[in-house]
Amino acid sequence: MMETLLIYAVIPLIKIAVVVLAVLLAVAYLTWLERKLLGRIQVRLGPMRVGWHGLLQPIAVGLKFVIKEDIIPARADRLVFSLAPMVSFIPALVVFSVIPFGPPDMLSGLLRWVLPLFLDPASVNRVIESGVTTGGYVANVNIAILLVFSVSSVGILGIILGGWASNSKYPLLGALRSSAQMVSYEVSLGFTILSVLLVAQTLSLVDIVQKQQAAGVWYVFVQPVAFVLFFICGLAETNRLPFDLPEAESELVGGYHTEYSGFRFAIYFLAEYAGMITISSIAVTLFWGGWLRPFPNVAWLGFLDLVPSVVWFMAKVFVFLYIFIWVRGTLPRFRFDQLMQYGWKIFLPLAIANLVVTAAVMLKFS
Amino acid sequence: MDEPTILDAQELEINMGPQHPATHGVLRVKLKLDGERVLDADCVIGYLHRGVEKISENRTYTKCLPYYDRTDYIAAVSNALGYVLGVEKLMEIEVPERAVTVRIMMTEFNRIASHLLWLATHALDIGALTVFLYCFREREEILKLFENLFGARLTTHAFRIGGLWMDLPPGFEEAARKFIDEFPARVDEYEQLLTNNRIWIDRTKGIGVISGEEAIDYGLSGPPLRGSGVPYDLRRSRPYGGYDQYEFDVPVGLNGDTYDRYLIRMEEMRQSRRIIQQTLDRLPGGPIRGKVPRIIKPPVGEYYSGIEGPRGELGYYIVSDGSAFPFRVRIRPPTFINLQALKRLVKGHLVADVIAIIGTLDVVLGEIDR
Repeated sequence: MMETLLIYAVIPLIKIAVVVLAVLLAVAYLTWLERKLLGRIQVRLGPMRVGWHGLLQPIAVGLKFVIKEDIIPARADRLVFSLAPMVSFIPALVVFSVIPFGPPDMLSGLLRWVLPLFLDPASVNRVIESGVTTGGYVANVNIAILLVFSVSSVGILGIILGGWASNSKYPLLGALRSSAQMVSYEVSLGFTILSVLLVAQTLSLVDIVQKQQAAGVWYVFVQPVAFVLFFICGLAETNRLPFDLPEAESELVGGYHTEYSGFRFAIYFLAEYAGMITISSIAVTLFWGGWLRPFPNVAWLGFLDLVPSVVWFMAKVFVFLYIFIWVRGTLPRFRFDQLMQYGWKIFLPLAIANLVVTAAVMLKFS
Repeated sequence: MDEPTILDAQELEINMGPQHPATHGVLRVKLKLDGERVLDADCVIGYLHRGVEKISENRTYTKCLPYYDRTDYIAAVSNALGYVLGVEKLMEIEVPERAVTVRIMMTEFNRIASHLLWLATHALDIGALTVFLYCFREREEILKLFENLFGARLTTHAFRIGGLWMDLPPGFEEAARKFIDEFPARVDEYEQLLTNNRIWIDRTKGIGVISGEEAIDYGLSGPPLRGSGVPYDLRRSRPYGGYDQYEFDVPVGLNGDTYDRYLIRMEEMRQSRRIIQQTLDRLPGGPIRGKVPRIIKPPVGEYYSGIEGPRGELGYYIVSDGSAFPFRVRIRPPTFINLQALKRLVKGHLVADVIAIIGTLDVVLGEIDR
């Protein structure tokens, strides 16, 4: 009884708590990182006042959002207006339940050290060998990648609902833009992932990483076109420059969140940044070997294993986030029709062509 | 662009401004949209009206001047030049050579500062965040020069009737030279970020096209006119204040679109730098103010003093009735007239282009509303 409870309730709940807290913390400090990096790019300092080099700035900002007056426009749909940010934010968190931060045996050492405090050795072994407790992830789902995409599509609904419920013109335009944009880029995104799936022949994110280890090569070198397309569509999917049309402040004031203030606005904000981390994590998992160190099968580089696999994963994600911010500091913004044109006329055909070529090559050599 | 048909959606009327991040002040544009396509646009102005022209009638000729700083607050030095040249003409005051040279130098510095602010905000509207701060970095240097010489950064009250208020402070020439030595590399830096950028070209080429004849019909002046290929620059076509002694080129565009107007302003910054270089090289000694009576009472008469401001032809039509107060000062603000073309330029474009077109017209609402 005790073991079952541990295996299926206590340990997963602890993992979920850790992942949620880590993600929220990462999101908070991603905003700090973005302000700092943009500051460096733009020859200024970024936040410097709150804490050492502004390190406490995200907390101050969060506090400000919480204590601000919460305004709901008089003619807004109150229920939908309040729900919409949540609809946008929760999927962004749910996605992290299947993203592997480390290998399946990542936590066995830790558990072997902690569990004997409560259990006898035999049950400790049973808990560890149950196969669901030691992984560096919350759950290893065999359709993980499908789950990621279906759940993260729900996030778009939050934006549409928010723009619609505000009962105001600019948010409506922003919501229309974002629904069009996200839907069209998700199609290309799906096709790029399909070509990775063809190579990996599995839908589980954990297995995809392990396949990369077995093959001795990260899939970015097998599928470079797919990766580039994935990254660009990822920028569009997360509403980042040069694709940040839904909230283009110089055109649509604030886009879908024009009427939002205080904590509800903060949640939209969190959702966007969590989305950045999601896309980066998926890119790392699918193309850059997830938690693997560089050259995972080269023995004399074994000293690299001294760095825990989680750290490798986070380092890779960090590189992606850096590029996201870098792009924002460099490029202007597309126009709406140009964006759609690129999406449907360039990225989608390229993604399909890539898929077809991959399939043909696979067929030939299988 | 396509005419709306019966199948099209209902028009959406939205208000862009007066509180909007990209209308550069308190411009209000009423847009009629079909989806994101602009069917019609109407400008509503006057939110910043202070009655500068009327106030001038109750001030002496010298006391008018600070008010003109506050019309086009981005180009306060140019504004001062236009007015003092007019009064000097009415009174037939001889201005010493040193003052003339310093005036040209400072006006050109002002042109650079104004164009930098334009580039910064134009780029920001189109989404290039970084250019904004790079431009402000250089503009800051110019504002420091202004502060050194005039004692103020924005509302400079730059020139006096008959010359200057004070001579150049020590160290000014070195600072100015340092700036113009560094500046070309900076302009190259902006161009590197934008000129060949695929997205920038997509966003500005073919946007807000106006032909040369039409531009003349609308009375456009400054970069919007030259962008359409009309080489009309008052510094060249009707030289004033000593500009005929300087060498510079007047860049003109070919297509009359937003991209050409961007290129022209970039080139104008380089040309302004060239003029400043020449003023620094020839800067003569001597007095800084001519013989000016204690009370300025121009003889009965009228004079139109037009100069090439950063935004186009800036005119002061001064009518004197022989008293110490101007009978009437009518200001011809360049952007007030350039803004007329907005409606014509945005029709058929998308909402995002409206922002680009407002940016390319380089409007300053302080000047439009006066």
